[in-house]
Amino acid sequence: MTPSGKRQPQAWTHESLQREVDALKDEPGAMLPILHAIQDRCGYIPEAAVPIIAETLRHTRAEVHGIISFYHHFRSHPVGSHVVQVCRAEACQSVGSRQLEAHVKQQLGVDYHQTSRDNEFTLEPVYCLGNCACGPSIRVDDEIHGRVTAEKFDRLVDRLTTSILEVQ
Amino acid sequence: MTVTVYVPRDTTALALGADEVAALIAQAATRRERDIKLVRNGSRGLFWLEPMVEVETAQGRVAYGPVEPDDVAGLVEAGLFDGGAEHPLARGLTDEIPYLKRQQRLTFSRIGITDPLSIDDYRAHRGFAGLEKALTMQSQAIVDEVKGSGLRGRGGAAFPTGIKWQTVHDEPEGRKYIVCNADEGDSGTFADRLAMECDPYMLIEGMTIAGLAVGATQGYIYLRSEYPLAHRVVNEALRRAYAAGYLGNDIRGSGKHFELEVRLGAGAYICGEETSLLDSLEGKRGMVRAKPPLPAIQGLFGRPTVVNNVLSLAAVPFILDRGGQAYADYGMGKSRGTLALQLAGNVKRGGLVELAFGTTLRELMEDFGGGTASERPLRAVQVGGPLCAYLPESQWDLPLDYEAFAEVGAGVGHGGVVMSDDSVDMGEQARFAMEFCSVESCGKCTPCRIGAVRGVEVIDRIRADDDRAANLELLSDLCDTMVAGSLCAMGGMTPFPVQSVLKHFPDDLTRSRGGSPC
Repeated sequence: MTPSGKRQPQAWTHESLQREVDALKDEPGAMLPILHAIQDRCGYIPEAAVPIIAETLRHTRAEVHGIISFYHHFRSHPVGSHVVQVCRAEACQSVGSRQLEAHVKQQLGVDYHQTSRDNEFTLEPVYCLGNCACGPSIRVDDEIHGRVTAEKFDRLVDRLTTSILEVQ
Repeated sequence: MTVTVYVPRDTTALALGADEVAALIAQAATRRERDIKLVRNGSRGLFWLEPMVEVETAQGRVAYGPVEPDDVAGLVEAGLFDGGAEHPLARGLTDEIPYLKRQQRLTFSRIGITDPLSIDDYRAHRGFAGLEKALTMQSQAIVDEVKGSGLRGRGGAAFPTGIKWQTVHDEPEGRKYIVCNADEGDSGTFADRLAMECDPYMLIEGMTIAGLAVGATQGYIYLRSEYPLAHRVVNEALRRAYAAGYLGNDIRGSGKHFELEVRLGAGAYICGEETSLLDSLEGKRGMVRAKPPLPAIQGLFGRPTVVNNVLSLAAVPFILDRGGQAYADYGMGKSRGTLALQLAGNVKRGGLVELAFGTTLRELMEDFGGGTASERPLRAVQVGGPLCAYLPESQWDLPLDYEAFAEVGAGVGHGGVVMSDDSVDMGEQARFAMEFCSVESCGKCTPCRIGAVRGVEVIDRIRADDDRAANLELLSDLCDTMVAGSLCAMGGMTPFPVQSVLKHFPDDLTRSRGGSPC
């Protein structure tokens, strides 16, 4: 079981969202599993999902929105083809993550919570990937990379953008 | 003859290219027509040697590491498949590597040795022995065994586990829950992740025993979303444990019942706090609850709930198998058993070190860690996570013991040790502590929600030399207010790293930065 990499987001309809919600609505504490299921499927949580969840779970829309916005993992907007997370926590800082962070932002031409112009990369901060003995660490989609240098990051970006072209 | 070759596949080994190494080894074997069995084991936690390849020989397993993809051809040439020692990466017998040999592995005795998902492997190494025993015991006797071990919660608060279980046990019968706090959010900690990725049945076994002890039939593992591999491994382990009759109705024909499920968090550090975690599990924002009532009395969905950290629950199978006293025989003072120390940050030989309580920090950082990776002088060490103090050299000879650390205002926490060399700007680290809190505060109480934001601003003014004396005093006051007035450890401990910088590294905070904003 190696990291599976990127899951392709699927298009959604009102009905498909309702199906995701219905499949989990009877679980105790169903809210987080539902939000995960929707984000896993769509790549983000569409605004249209909020009233569906609210109605099914008997919450107000404000409550659902409040829950989505509380958790860093959940997003309300579509993301690029790849999500890059740079670890900002202390262990990575002590081995140069602040410099790496600056390099990544410059290389991708975005700040945190933004998506690059070519729609390839969305950049997010993360506080600890549990790879603290081999930092600086980044996560690209579901793969974690250790001892990341500026050069290593550039090679990674090259590899990801090249393989996309091959697919097309 | 088939040769068994091990290539680990925990997150760190994979992050350093273990998959590619494994593929190249398999190819090389095919090319040379060597019959090998490639096992993807867990990591032994010797991260400085990862990917660490092992080969089974008549003398035992021999290790090679750190193996990069480019090294594979040379290693095979040097007789990798015969355990050849003529290569710079050859480390000899794995069990004789001093970093490993000098540890006292009780909880982590199996990691890196077995295939994490193999129930046969698990059983071959005394797995499920504790559960088999617990299935024959009265619930009170199980609680007593855990009490006798002296086990204290490994998540940071160090509350006696047996007492917590007793409280839940003593609540009237009815629905009760076991919740595993697997929201390992502290920087510098990865022991929970290792346990889950490399020995998942240990956690399943520990939680099942907890269920038997307190009369709970439902458990949840609340796992952080930052650990995608642990998520997949634990889910697969659960599936196999159900299939083998270790979970579900009538566990191993005992008539006992326990259900277990993983629930994924969503990137909120505060959900490592037990009451926030419960709110999150219930499907709400992860907001801190005021205590009392204790979760042991009114926890998940208002029912009595044991909330324990991964490592607390992971220690339980050993305690039931060998007896509480066998565990209590390790350690010092009121800190019994072993602590999973995690050497992280700027360290030459980073990784997991399990030792009985009582070792000094310096021994750990020098003898095991080998000093800084940068080979510059070590300057500050943060033990116990982002809410704990930075320790200057004068405190490195403290023994690792909850009470000894508490005496100097420091914490052992979850056992994470983050080392920084002399290039560190401690003023920047103090600012980061406040910034982290402002990002991660649940917002329920004012000292934490607003204090953290003001903390960043005040530190910025100090560093810009704007009315410095008054702002230093203000920062000190603000820290006191947050410590005394916050509802939970997030706001209550965020000042600890800041205060430690004020006390031990004040020059970094006040060093002139030419008035430029940070």
